[in-house]
Amino acid sequence: MSQNYGKKSKRADNYQLGSYTSVSEILFQNATLLVTSDSGVILKRGIDEKMAKYEITVNAEKKIVEANPDMPLLWVLRDKLKLTGTKYGCGIAQCGACTVHVEGVPVRSCMLPISAVSGSVTTIEGLANGGNLHPLQTAWIDHDVPQCGYCQSGQIMSAAALLENNRAPTDNDIDEALAGNYCRCGTYIRIRAAVHSAALYYRADEQTDTHVIDTKNGGAS
Amino acid sequence: MTINKLGRRNFLKASALAGGGLMLEFNFVSMISAEELGTLVGSKELNVFVQIASDGKITIYSATPEMGQGVKTALPMIIAEEMGAKWTDVEVIDAPLDADKFGSQGAGGSTSIPENFDTMRKMGASAREMLIGAASETMEVDREELEARDSIVVHSSGESLTFGQLAALAVKQPLPDPEMLSFKDPRSYTIIGTTVGGVDNLVIVTGQSQFGIDVDIPSMQYASYTRCPRIGGVAISFNEAEIIKLPGITQTFILAPNDRADIAPGSFGEGVQGGVAIVGEDTWSVMNAKSKLEIEWDESAASHDDWERMILKAQQIAEKGDGEITLKGANVDPAMADINNKTLESFYQFPYVAHVCMEPMNCTAHFKKGSGSQPDAMELWIPSQYPGDVKDIAENIFGVKKENVKVNPTRMGGGFGRRGIHDFASEAMAISHHSGLPVKLTWTRTDDIHNDFFRVGGFQNMKAAINENGELAAWNQHYIGFAKEGKPVSGSGLGGNEFSMVALDNARVSQTMMPVQTPCGFWRAPGANTNAFVEQSFLHELAVLADKDHVEFLLELMGSRRWIDDGNVNALNTGRAIDVIKRAAEASGWGRSMPVGTGLGFSFYFCHAAHVAEVAEVSVDENRNLRVHKVTVAVDVGPIINMSGAISQVQGSVIDGLSTMAMQQITMKDGIIQQDNFDTYPVMRIAATPEVNVHFIQSDNRSTGLGEPALPPLAPAVTNAIFAATGTRVRSMPLSEQGFKLV
Repeated sequence: MSQNYGKKSKRADNYQLGSYTSVSEILFQNATLLVTSDSGVILKRGIDEKMAKYEITVNAEKKIVEANPDMPLLWVLRDKLKLTGTKYGCGIAQCGACTVHVEGVPVRSCMLPISAVSGSVTTIEGLANGGNLHPLQTAWIDHDVPQCGYCQSGQIMSAAALLENNRAPTDNDIDEALAGNYCRCGTYIRIRAAVHSAALYYRADEQTDTHVIDTKNGGAS
Repeated sequence: MTINKLGRRNFLKASALAGGGLMLEFNFVSMISAEELGTLVGSKELNVFVQIASDGKITIYSATPEMGQGVKTALPMIIAEEMGAKWTDVEVIDAPLDADKFGSQGAGGSTSIPENFDTMRKMGASAREMLIGAASETMEVDREELEARDSIVVHSSGESLTFGQLAALAVKQPLPDPEMLSFKDPRSYTIIGTTVGGVDNLVIVTGQSQFGIDVDIPSMQYASYTRCPRIGGVAISFNEAEIIKLPGITQTFILAPNDRADIAPGSFGEGVQGGVAIVGEDTWSVMNAKSKLEIEWDESAASHDDWERMILKAQQIAEKGDGEITLKGANVDPAMADINNKTLESFYQFPYVAHVCMEPMNCTAHFKKGSGSQPDAMELWIPSQYPGDVKDIAENIFGVKKENVKVNPTRMGGGFGRRGIHDFASEAMAISHHSGLPVKLTWTRTDDIHNDFFRVGGFQNMKAAINENGELAAWNQHYIGFAKEGKPVSGSGLGGNEFSMVALDNARVSQTMMPVQTPCGFWRAPGANTNAFVEQSFLHELAVLADKDHVEFLLELMGSRRWIDDGNVNALNTGRAIDVIKRAAEASGWGRSMPVGTGLGFSFYFCHAAHVAEVAEVSVDENRNLRVHKVTVAVDVGPIINMSGAISQVQGSVIDGLSTMAMQQITMKDGIIQQDNFDTYPVMRIAATPEVNVHFIQSDNRSTGLGEPALPPLAPAVTNAIFAATGTRVRSMPLSEQGFKLV
């Protein structure tokens, strides 16, 4: 049996010959400015294939990406910005592996089109404050939470949003805030314990206000 | 490529600060490549796993694939213990795939600990001997007066040298004879048996860990692949003209099937199944285009498997009587016919289930066409439990000689047995081979569910007789399972090690296998994960029939303390069984009176060299809302290596078992899998999590693995507890089909 019998497209041949012009380059030759906004999306250009340019703030850095307006934020982060800490799990907002913050609110980035992103985005890579880990990250290490580790970015992002609003969550509060996050390895017991620990850290910090550690990325350049 | 990018950024080392903070410390050693370090690299047998730098940093290679089972931490702990290292001086890094240097690099069957323990000990002990040799030379004292501990070699006078100071001289020491090595007395262990965090925790919680799906290589394109929904169908044509115009798409083509039984060791059909490939600029583009495919399939050889029809057929088979006898039983028929005996017959059913690893199947492949004297080559980045196996596939399907296949294993986002079968790698290689491009193939969750190698479903018809003394007089077990080409598929049928087959006096076991086309494979504790449910539920039914306490009944069946096959850890040891049964009973408060609507359920199972007993405490309301409050687990897998990892594996197994039994099933209708994503194939969420209390009996036996054996006893513990709470006997899974809702 032959290995394959599909035909290569002309476009692919061009690509291999090095004469390929990216879709966006073609589109931008005739693009018009359609939208200006100060909340995330400031540029949206496009013609028939809808390719557009977006400026988004990710982890406090402004990024310009060219993308189809329908492309979910998840794939913009992973494939365009190479921020792969945010994971793909289902594509239908059922598992929470793709959880990021938009303006501090946890959202499932797998179903949020880039054209609908209206605010600054924080991913797991941006959760630590310089050299200081987020208290949840510290607690996750202290409690040895991860098994395979794949879902943990999403778990931590959901928990971080909870702690911003609730410094003393009960088990029920944690269960509600993390209801959208699957862990296939079953680390839920340690997740709960770690969230409680991190909350303690916050409360101790607020009471004494002496818990400032500035390691400037641990001295790393 | 960006693999190990955090490593390059050199801030891997985390340390706790007073007051609870955590600092990322600049780790200077990781700036130096392994080759530049003062090393203890030796022969194949010794020391390839250990390097020591002159500043005292100890690097230990982890060669066994990590999927969440914790080997990347546990195996290096064994080395560090034997060499006398301080764990905080150790950095663990992934070894490349190199069977000549590191031996077999695979992970499955809960074998990583038992199979590697001795090798790891030898690696550590030989490093220690070389350090002691170096110290003896430097200090001009006898070796016998020296001891290695806490990363220093100490003389009886108190004088000491650090491992770092000794590293350069230690390299020049003769390699010790592996047969002459001595090992530490376990009572003096300072690392083995302690609680150690996973070595990759920091990179995981900062989003820096590199799973297969995160791989990025220069010029990489992204790919999707679409197979026939009716398993075994082959693509004939598709709307190519439309697909190629979609945003971000660069190529699209049909791949003809190329699957043979001999493409990989023990192949399950892991070649290419005929379908449609789409190549493009990013993952979304190829997934978007995939959703717009219209494909004409040749379904002449496709599956017509149908779960409803299978159930009817199995019931008919059970009614006809025994199947093909695999264990005769001395006196089964007379005992069953004896009017003084009480008899019972129960039909049990369990569904097909999927693996749904959180990281969907994926593989990055780069086929490089040879020219002139340059042969064809293939490079792969793959999250696999047996990454070496894909070399065979590359050679057998694509004609690339194994020596020209480079495999880069990555961390796995779950395995559970799925990643021991490499159909997704075959597809990635085929797409790269055809397109001439380096491609990352990522399956959608629907691909992942539809194209799984499922945990096989099945049935068991159970009969037994209880005599006037309330003793088991006869046991007759008829396994109705599934076979391909006359051979039972993985996980179907009894293996021969089961309690019923080795420990009961008057037991008959028979089987009837029905043909199946749906792919089946290894699923966490294959065979055991369904057989435990049937066997341990039925034993409880018999205890009730005999009017005996379940635990007393089990202990009676165990009889005297004996090892079924002396010295063989894979054989049941009734003494160890009795111990875990008693421990679980005691720790759970077995026998206490329970409020109405609540109940305790017991089970014991032996598999993967582990003796495990579990007690579930449940409540069930009038609407069949089921709450599992607490699960008590007693485990004997010998001495524990990493207490944290071991507890985590048991907790995870309990939760996995509960998730599976409560709500998961794969059904096929005329060859088509009916579940598409997590909306129709749910996983348990955090709110239903029970308290899990774990008790280890660290018997003086070999340490064995814990990735699987705590899962099988969970289901019968829960169904037995449901019976205790409600009087309702559950003989079919999942619970959701019986109207129970896990809350």
